[in-house]
Amino acid sequence: MKKNNILTLISIIGFILLLLVLNITLGSYKMRIFNLCGIYVILALSLNLINGFVGLFSLGHAGFMAVGAYTCALLTMSPETKEMNFFLEPIVPWLKNVQLPFPTALIIGGIMAAIAGALIGAPVLRLRDDYLAIATLGFSEIIRVVFTNTQRITNGPLGIKGLPTIGITGQSWEIVIWTWGIALFTIIFMVLLINSSYGKAFKAIREDEIAAEAMGINLFKHKMIAFVIGSFFAGIGGALLGHLMGTIDPLMFRFLLTFNIVLIVVLGGIGSITGSVISAIVVTISMEALRILDADMQIGGYIVKGIPGMRMVVFSALLMIVILFYQRGLMGTNEFNWDWIINRKKKIQKI
Amino acid sequence: MSFSIMLQHLVNGISLGSLYALLAIGYTMVYGILRLINFAHGDVFMLGTYIAFYAMTSFMLPWWASFLIAIILTCIFGIILEKCAYRPLRNSPRISVMISAIGASFLIENLAIVIFGGRPKAFPIEPIFSKILNIGGVSIVSVSLIIPVITAIALCLLNYIVNHTKVGMAMRAVSKDYEAARLMGIDVNSIIAFTFGTGSALAAIGGIMWGLKYPQLIPLMGLMPGLKCFIAAVVGGIGNIRGAVIGGFILGLGEIMIVALSPALSGYRDAFAFVLLIIILLVKPSGLMGQNTVEKV
Repeated sequence: MKKNNILTLISIIGFILLLLVLNITLGSYKMRIFNLCGIYVILALSLNLINGFVGLFSLGHAGFMAVGAYTCALLTMSPETKEMNFFLEPIVPWLKNVQLPFPTALIIGGIMAAIAGALIGAPVLRLRDDYLAIATLGFSEIIRVVFTNTQRITNGPLGIKGLPTIGITGQSWEIVIWTWGIALFTIIFMVLLINSSYGKAFKAIREDEIAAEAMGINLFKHKMIAFVIGSFFAGIGGALLGHLMGTIDPLMFRFLLTFNIVLIVVLGGIGSITGSVISAIVVTISMEALRILDADMQIGGYIVKGIPGMRMVVFSALLMIVILFYQRGLMGTNEFNWDWIINRKKKIQKI
Repeated sequence: MSFSIMLQHLVNGISLGSLYALLAIGYTMVYGILRLINFAHGDVFMLGTYIAFYAMTSFMLPWWASFLIAIILTCIFGIILEKCAYRPLRNSPRISVMISAIGASFLIENLAIVIFGGRPKAFPIEPIFSKILNIGGVSIVSVSLIIPVITAIALCLLNYIVNHTKVGMAMRAVSKDYEAARLMGIDVNSIIAFTFGTGSALAAIGGIMWGLKYPQLIPLMGLMPGLKCFIAAVVGGIGNIRGAVIGGFILGLGEIMIVALSPALSGYRDAFAFVLLIIILLVKPSGLMGQNTVEKV
């Protein structure tokens, strides 16, 4: 057990060093995709906690991300940028001169998303399965519609431009530390949470609600805890995404965004932290790599006309294939652990 | 607001409500039998509209023939959809089936973007549908009157099928108890296929009339109406056809009336359905016409 912890620690330190090296060697375009991977890891893990470990099929993730992104954006922007953004209608006075450092704003963004999660969860978590899915989807749409219409707070459909870059000093190496640092924190937090007594209760609820209740698990309390934690991390992820993109608008937080995260979670294996992490990285990179499908291609002497939108067809088809023929996804409910690797190594040495 | 304007809004509300009702029936029938939200239903609706569009513009068919073809092809498409996306998962956990439904929906949408192109298309409208009638100072586009009439005819037909034919009886039996119906010698698979076919045909009728009323076709046009009509089905009591019709009308009239009565709230029009859903789920989760079900261990 001790040995495994040391191995984990060493690999985390190695990973952080790798990040700094990558930041120098990779170009800014590749680095941006790499940062995006980190953000999607956070988002996938937060959805996996709700969908995979507690078995609540929530489709409201985009809404919580919107809350986090808007809160963080409005708190970090300088009064001048705000004035430039809100040219149709002036911003409400109490928000005008607020400017907080990025970390504080990020945490407040997460907390606001968590509050939204608690408010939405209180009525919705009594529902089951598909009703829950539709109700959470409904709430996320309501959040989007409200953000589109509250012009004086969110600038409505125009969106907000010129978000400051991630980090305190605004240097490029800081971005990767923030995105992947929080991703690492999320991974460790989720692992600890899942292995705690709460995690065991979550899994019990997933397997059989009635049996879990009979064993003395407070259903509502545990569902609520998972939902609030999930929405907190969704808010953080949304805020990071907004700041990485530099611009946010309500249309960004459509159902499509939730769908992308559901896709990641399903491909990785519902209920596997390792699966979510791997699949978040693979899917994010391939979403960029497959852009060649949309553009013209030259094969031999022929030019194959690119079909715009082909990329998303591939991903939707992939999701259908996985869910129809290989429901476990990449990892099923298995997790990565050191013992497995050490045993493997020993076996190979024996041969 | 004068009486005639009010009347005009009412007509608009009723025609929108009829469209919602037609779509909501598809949701409610499928849910009643399979306990599955057919997320792709909105996209079936989109497909129906596009088929009618291409039949009229590319194949130069007369409007009635293209509408008929669109209804038949959409019906077949609904059956294929069930066979490919839902039948293999009949005995899987409900979450998998739902993910499959969401995946199917996105696959159809993205394929539609690739095949039909993302650019909006204008639905050709025959003069009979765009005539402006003047009834007692209220001017109404004829299509707003045709929609409720066609809807009423379709509903009567559906009512006859469900309540007075053998297939309908089998459908009701399957929705009451899947296993017992099978033991009674009902071919459950073909009944489910029939249900999907009927629902899709109704969606196609709704889609064509939607195209006549709001003549802009985009591949994502089914997304919002699809979600709203599911809500209409929940409000009416899911699994109950009459409830779905009532829910559709409540939703259609409500949306139009919100905009009519307080234009300041018009931006929140799309949120109305979701607010209604949440209220209904909190107050009477089984819906207006639904029956309470208790889960047994």
